[in-house]
Amino acid sequence: MKMNIKQLFAALALVAFGGTVSASELIINTDTSDPAPKKAFEDLIEGFKAENPDIEVTWNLFDHEGYKTSIRNFLTADAPDVANWYAGNRMLPYVNAGLFEPINDLWESEGLTESLKSAQSSMTIDGQIWGVPYTYYQWGVYYRKDIFEDLGIAVPTNWDEFQQAGATLIENGVTPITIGTKYLWTAAGVFDYINLRTNGYDFHMSLALGEIPWTDDRVRATMNNWKDIVEAGFFLENHAAYTWQEALAPMVNGEAAMYVMGNFSVAPLREAGLTDDQLGFFQFPTITPGVPVAEEAPTDTVHIPANAKNKENARKFLAYIARADVQTQINATLGQLPINSGSEVADDKFLKAGFEMLSGAEGGIAQFFDRDAPAEFAAEAMQGFQEFMVKPDRLDDILERLEKARQRIYQ
Amino acid sequence: MRLFGLSQRTLAPWLFLAPGVFIFLIYVIIPIFQSISISFYAWDGLGEKTYIGLQNYVELADDDAFYTSLKNNVIWLVLYLLAIPAGLFIALFLNQNVWGIRLYKSLFFFPFVISQVVVGLVFSWFYDPSNGLMNLLLNGLGFDSIPVLADERYVTYGIIVAGLWPQTAYCMILYLTGLNAVNPEQIEAGRLDNAKGWKMLWYVVLPQLKPATFISVVVTVIGALRSFDLVSIMTKGGPWGSSRVLGYYMYEKAFSEYGFRMGYGAAIAVVLFLIMIVYISYFLYKMYRDEKGY
Repeated sequence: MKMNIKQLFAALALVAFGGTVSASELIINTDTSDPAPKKAFEDLIEGFKAENPDIEVTWNLFDHEGYKTSIRNFLTADAPDVANWYAGNRMLPYVNAGLFEPINDLWESEGLTESLKSAQSSMTIDGQIWGVPYTYYQWGVYYRKDIFEDLGIAVPTNWDEFQQAGATLIENGVTPITIGTKYLWTAAGVFDYINLRTNGYDFHMSLALGEIPWTDDRVRATMNNWKDIVEAGFFLENHAAYTWQEALAPMVNGEAAMYVMGNFSVAPLREAGLTDDQLGFFQFPTITPGVPVAEEAPTDTVHIPANAKNKENARKFLAYIARADVQTQINATLGQLPINSGSEVADDKFLKAGFEMLSGAEGGIAQFFDRDAPAEFAAEAMQGFQEFMVKPDRLDDILERLEKARQRIYQ
Repeated sequence: MRLFGLSQRTLAPWLFLAPGVFIFLIYVIIPIFQSISISFYAWDGLGEKTYIGLQNYVELADDDAFYTSLKNNVIWLVLYLLAIPAGLFIALFLNQNVWGIRLYKSLFFFPFVISQVVVGLVFSWFYDPSNGLMNLLLNGLGFDSIPVLADERYVTYGIIVAGLWPQTAYCMILYLTGLNAVNPEQIEAGRLDNAKGWKMLWYVVLPQLKPATFISVVVTVIGALRSFDLVSIMTKGGPWGSSRVLGYYMYEKAFSEYGFRMGYGAAIAVVLFLIMIVYISYFLYKMYRDEKGY
């Protein structure tokens, strides 16, 4: 068969711009590359397809770490119709640049202002709502229940007991806390909790918003608490060489007994062979008595890029993912908590414990350091935390450096 | 034939050069000026640009992380040159005719063929503090593990060693081709004059390898200055930024997960460019001089 030039171009155009002719296309980009999130999105998209057989869904799955840099390119250059991201300050640059579409209309028409009310404030910037939250999860201390029981350690509820528990573990040759700080953010989780427990939620948020100098005595109090356990050898040796996934191994092998982490760590720990009898969860212990208990619970979200081509279909998809039954199902697979108040929390001891803990968090719920603080400062601070965890005696240098960064970044 | 009053002979070279010149302009020359102009702005890469004059450079002058990167770049530059003598000796060693020599040559050349990303991963596993080969060996000999990539004292050297592996292979191949061109009569003449061993190498062989040495220095220096892949794969600039080089720092500030400072990144790029230009002008000057035959 011979093609003339015109036909050739038509064929090429069809390849390049494929679906723009038929309106029923939906392109979804997500970073859900770990096994459980991947499965959850597979099911989610299958479910959506079953209800909307006329829509052709294309799903681009990105590597979790790589997505954080590629999102900037595809939002400007080649926008999908739906992209997942995170709530709070983390979406601010894209909102400011006009790359996300406000979807107040969808929240109104689908009644989301009622069903997703708990997360509305973290989705709102400048009075507009910028996406749909579909999951959140607690942070806390995951621990080897069997090791604690063998050594006769009770679950610590305050800082003294916590230090005592660690000391006992060290005596028995077990590293108290495993951690991998190669990608820095894991250290921020530890900082968040020690700061929330030492100084409380309001102080923590003011600090993340740059309203308090990093050389403040209250920051020093937090860091000194942290220093106590760092110097006592609580954390895994050479943690700067490992990712958070690599740091799971010592916990699985019984070389380490605790992990300050988000609930997404339960799935890989179970997969590695730990049973629910071996694995437990407790709330991060109290440090300053009387400080209202605040928790850390990051929210994951989906958005419609402003340059999306099939916004109608994207709205359908967002309405679908906001639904109570869908959130119940997706979170059961993710091992996380649904946002929709009509959803059910899966029958899982960690989720039940987390849900209960978060419901009782009278102090407030923080997102996470790199979602509460602006990106640029978060990067500086997390690098400082990593350095501090290896070289605690450089505390003064680090705090001064962060203070200098604060004055520059938040001006 | 004449076109625009120019003879074919004047026109032809320019026509042949045109595609190359065009691409060079688009991808090299214009971006250089764009980078320089962006470095005078505060810009997050998404929204509006704000002109801030030299402020990015003022900040750079007071940025510890910048000096760390600069220092690491110098270490890279110096140590990377080790690839040249190493490549030369492997080439001399392989420059013989025994059975299967082609296989050995290909094996030595192998690291240059595989991607830098793979080299980085292989060395990351090699250095891994708990299961890495290096530390298993050290433990076997009764020493403690050294977390090369998590220790600010060793990390840059650890990455350079990984980089030397493919770079040595590259220099080796350059020298191997150079050795083919060594004139056997001169070797013979040298032998008659009783030159052997080091003297033979230094006074007879090396001068003839001068073109190969020159190219090796060029590619190695450029390789050292644009070192990025290995840093990115092996450490992401860590621990706490102590293995950053200018190229990586620029990327981190402008394009990475938390980087939204195109202007600052561009300022770092300009500094890196200035360092390179010193070297490139020397290189161009020398080429020009050699061409003229002084």
